[in-house]
Amino acid sequence: MADTVPILRIEHMTKRYGDKEVLKDASLSINKGELKVLIGPSGGGKSTLLQCINFLIKPDRGRIWLDGTEIIRAKGKALYAYRQKVGMIFQDFNLFDHLTALHNVQIGLVRVKGMQAKAAKERATQELDRVGLKNHMHQYPAELSGGQKQRVSIARALAMDPEIMLLDEPTSALDPELISEVLDAIRTLRSSGMTMIMSTHQIGFAGEVADELIFLEKGSIVETGPPAKILYDAEYPRTRDFCSKITELYANSSS
Amino acid sequence: MTESLIVLYGALPYLLRGSLVTIAVVAGAMMLGLVLGIHLAVGQVYGGRWLRRVIGVYVWFFRGVPLLVLLFLFYFGLCSLLQINLSAFTVSVIVLGLISSAYQSQIFRGAIMSLPQGQLKAARALGMSDGKAIALIILPQTLRLSIPGWSNEYSIVLKDSAVAYALGVMEMMARAHFVASRTYEHLPLYFAAGFLFMILTYLGTKGLRILEEKVRIPGYSA
Repeated sequence: MADTVPILRIEHMTKRYGDKEVLKDASLSINKGELKVLIGPSGGGKSTLLQCINFLIKPDRGRIWLDGTEIIRAKGKALYAYRQKVGMIFQDFNLFDHLTALHNVQIGLVRVKGMQAKAAKERATQELDRVGLKNHMHQYPAELSGGQKQRVSIARALAMDPEIMLLDEPTSALDPELISEVLDAIRTLRSSGMTMIMSTHQIGFAGEVADELIFLEKGSIVETGPPAKILYDAEYPRTRDFCSKITELYANSSS
Repeated sequence: MTESLIVLYGALPYLLRGSLVTIAVVAGAMMLGLVLGIHLAVGQVYGGRWLRRVIGVYVWFFRGVPLLVLLFLFYFGLCSLLQINLSAFTVSVIVLGLISSAYQSQIFRGAIMSLPQGQLKAARALGMSDGKAIALIILPQTLRLSIPGWSNEYSIVLKDSAVAYALGVMEMMARAHFVASRTYEHLPLYFAAGFLFMILTYLGTKGLRILEEKVRIPGYSA
């Protein structure tokens, strides 16, 4: 274990807004192909942590290594290059509303990666096919269901060939019936070997697919461990309390 | 009565040529206002505090000072101070354009702020620079949303263009006045000028309405 370089490592990530420290000294590392799931109450810092990883939120302190190389001076071209390697999925999908599903996926390939339009279209079509949306590729976001939108956003991120994906509560804005289609897409991603850090309240799903659960509260990582331990045998009372409550709520909605 | 109509009939081609001048002034001013207004809006929404403050003062100035004062200020004041020789037509286009840019910037600013800003995050997360994200993602949607407000602004600039008469630009109003003061047929001539303005308002707003429908994003209700 010691000689494998983690694909992503962050250390001492800290972010404060005014007096409020929303992220306190968070450190984690993840190996290729792993899926780590952030759990914890809303406002606990899950989203902030994920967005600090690709500098959508600028951390006040903290270091990041991707593939063993530290990301320093994260601005301009270096930042854009780094972000291409870190795919992100948002709770509210954040699709580009004026573009069809196809163009949503294609635009990054053409305008960021500099691919030819034809090759980009082929690649985009392929990615949409992978998430089962080939038949919807000429539709606009407003014509798609929430689950379809989220799958387009997954295709959009995957088309950039990221080394790791960050998923920020990807099912929280979905109708209960639509959650499973997105979870299925994430399962497929997982079995294809994609490295992922995901925050979610879908505790059942997390328990099933995660290599490790990370419990975050009030900006701090309280406890980290394999799902079985965190869910049923946590060290800290706060973790146990949270897990038992949320298991009651969500455990059955994962399949 | 018949005499009035004969005068009007004779003056009509002259007035219509004036409408071309009006159209040129308005088109120039709206385009200048569009280009400047977009930049001002982007600067005001995404710029730093210093830039936002400068733009705020710019908007305040051009919305605060009356058109006629600005026309005189630029034409008789600035042009002679700076020793530049600009035609009354050019100055009218510039002044109307600068004023319009102040108003248009607020139309665009409102539209930008009504967009879900998560899209900007998503664009950044894909590796786009802020400039690219704004140009490719934010502005295409902003401009669509701005068409109704822009249509309103068009009708205002169109009517304001009549004030260019004060600098001697031979647009519709100047020509109507010129004929009226020589023939004493004030009523039919100003009525005709007013009517021509109404036609231009109709054509412009109708055209923009069609454009709005044409670029509407499918799935969104109108």
